[in-house]
Amino acid sequence: MKLWKGHKEQLDGKAPMDNDCAVVAEELTKKFGKFIAVDHVSFKVKRGEIFGFLGPNGAGKSTTIRMLCGLFSPTEGSAHVGGFDVATQPDEIKSRIGYMSQKFSLYEDLTVEQNINFYGGIYGLEGARLEERKHWVIEMAGLAGKESMLAHTLSGGWRQRLALGCSILHEPPILFLDEPTGGVDPVSRRKFWDLIYDLSHRGVTIFVTTHYMDEAEHCHTIGLIYTGKLIALGSPTELKHSLDRYSVFEVQCSNTVDAMELLRGQAWAAETSIFGSAFHISTLNVSDAEKKIQGILTNEKIAVSRIEKIIPSLEDVFIQRIAEEDARKNGARN
Amino acid sequence: MRNILHIIRKEFLQLRQDKKMFGISFIAPVLQLIILGYAATFDVSNIPTVVCDFDNSPSSRELLRSFTSTGYFTIVEYFDKTSDIDNQLDDGHASIAIIIPRGFEKKIGAGQSAPLQIIADGTETSTAGIGLSYASIIVSQFSQNILLESLIKRGSVTMPARVSAEFRVWYNPELKSRNFMVPGVLGLLLMVMTMLLTSLAIVKEKELGTLEQLVVTPIKPYQLIIGKLAPFFIIGVIDVILVVFFASLVFSLPVKGGALLLLFLSLIFLMTTLGLGLFISTISRTQQQAMMTAIFFFMLPMMFFGGFVFPIENMPTIIQYVSYVIPLRYYFIIVRGLFLKGVGLDILWPQALALFIFGSVILSMSVLRFQKRLE
Ligand SMILES: Nc1ncnc2c1ncn2[C@@H]1O[C@H](COP(=O)(O)OP(=O)(O)O)[C@@H](O)[C@H]1O
Ligand SMILES: [Mg+2]
Repeated sequence: MKLWKGHKEQLDGKAPMDNDCAVVAEELTKKFGKFIAVDHVSFKVKRGEIFGFLGPNGAGKSTTIRMLCGLFSPTEGSAHVGGFDVATQPDEIKSRIGYMSQKFSLYEDLTVEQNINFYGGIYGLEGARLEERKHWVIEMAGLAGKESMLAHTLSGGWRQRLALGCSILHEPPILFLDEPTGGVDPVSRRKFWDLIYDLSHRGVTIFVTTHYMDEAEHCHTIGLIYTGKLIALGSPTELKHSLDRYSVFEVQCSNTVDAMELLRGQAWAAETSIFGSAFHISTLNVSDAEKKIQGILTNEKIAVSRIEKIIPSLEDVFIQRIAEEDARKNGARN
Repeated sequence: MRNILHIIRKEFLQLRQDKKMFGISFIAPVLQLIILGYAATFDVSNIPTVVCDFDNSPSSRELLRSFTSTGYFTIVEYFDKTSDIDNQLDDGHASIAIIIPRGFEKKIGAGQSAPLQIIADGTETSTAGIGLSYASIIVSQFSQNILLESLIKRGSVTMPARVSAEFRVWYNPELKSRNFMVPGVLGLLLMVMTMLLTSLAIVKEKELGTLEQLVVTPIKPYQLIIGKLAPFFIIGVIDVILVVFFASLVFSLPVKGGALLLLFLSLIFLMTTLGLGLFISTISRTQQQAMMTAIFFFMLPMMFFGGFVFPIENMPTIIQYVSYVIPLRYYFIIVRGLFLKGVGLDILWPQALALFIFGSVILSMSVLRFQKRLE
């Protein structure tokens, strides 16, 4: 396979600053009227890494990605993509990035091939290069034999891969994906992440938003955004270790809801959350937590079938962080 | 330049894919032209007419004969009582009633004004209106003939006799034939085709999210705008050619003032409709919204106040002023002038200038608004 051309181009030194970072956001802020959708967010995305931007719906993921792609201008703060300022050099940025919006924006009434031809044309591909890239995209997306199907007749996974293909026809060194796996079946999600890894191995920097926890594990670096604020940033391992001062237990018992209610009242219980048929509880500054949990539940006639200390998952970390953020906000209000 | 062509090509691919849209763009104009053109003639011939001739004199019969001989009126029944006439009109058996009072001939003979009543069915405004306007012509000719006759007979100038018909016209009295209708259709068609289709095509991309995708590509906003407007500009030009062609083929209605001049002035008119289409796309989020906005806030008012349905001269003064800001008004004058009167730019330049100013203002405002929206 051919080298990813875009990457080479990027190393040519056109990028004026911060050479090992593809994306730099500093105090990036977006307000819609009085509402602050993105609130002084700062992070760096290193070249070639997969940066996962995680957060619940409405957290500000799309707004952030739109600012980085030059669709929205920041209200405050700044961002550089490929070394160019999003506020003042959007044109330089546009030819160096690929963007796949949350909606998989394809022309539904055009065929697979017409879609590729159109986007390819817009990115200035023609002749042999266009044919080569078209071939590559069709192979990559597994669309061989479907070239003359209308885009709206494709099912989720294929549409998604076609949309990805159309956004990387011009081999951009930086790729922005906004919830690329939304509404797609698990097998297609898996396949899609294989493609993302593949691109990453070719040196493409990938900025991907998601609200799936398991996808976050695939990323080199994760930023957690919640109500517009970045409340956690680091590699999955770093983030898990950030909970080291807590001990996390997984508890399986006969009445999960009541048990959680009971334990939440304890001063040493930092956070509880449902986890499958069991629940997780993180504890702070307490010895013999295991015994204490057992004791409290047995007292209330809740049968405990399993209680076990676990290594915290990313989800535990996020729940903890979100709880801290909520507490901080409530504290500020009172 | 390349980018513009890519968008135009894509737009036509989409249009071809959408069979309905394709039909609307090219077949509907011709159909509409022919249907409206024929409708405009069919409802003014053989108007069913009932008569109450209380005078029953040679003069009254002469008058009725001049009605029937034109072919526009067919007398379906004679009555002795005016109350029967009401029923006939109510039932829809007749659209027009002519009542000639007793003493009609005597009054004419005495050189007095002879009253005559013509009643029209108000529910069928177009037939009634056109019927009344014809009746007025017939009656005035009839009275002129009497005048001439009496002058000749007496060999001297005396008080001329007059027949006066009481009639009210509440429909465009000038809308006499398809010769008037057909040119008007051109204005309407262009407005619908270009304004509506442009706004829909852009809002569709908004809905799908492809507009956002396009903005992230290196394409420039002006390229995007030109690429989106050009196809509808081309469709508009083709529609003008189709209408001119069919008007002369089917209705033997050539553009007396020159087809090229019409095409040129149509291009200026297209600036306003494309500009409005672009504007509508900036204030609508969904295709449905765009459709509603285009129809209710732009197309209907423009149709009503631009002089298609009612002649501007018959409107209240305030509305007449309103009509000055309606580009369609100027285009109607241009099209009718070129088709019917065969006048040239020496007469039509004020309209052309007005359209050009409107077009430039609307188009540049919309382009600015659209560009801002993209950010
Ligand atoms: N154009 C806009 N105008 C006003 N509010 C907006 C706009 N876009 C997004 N928002 C608001 O900003 C918040 C964050 O939205 P978004 O970035 O789309 O969240 P996410 O992608 O994380 O689900 C939401 O509350 C949303 O309603
Ligand atoms: Mg989003």
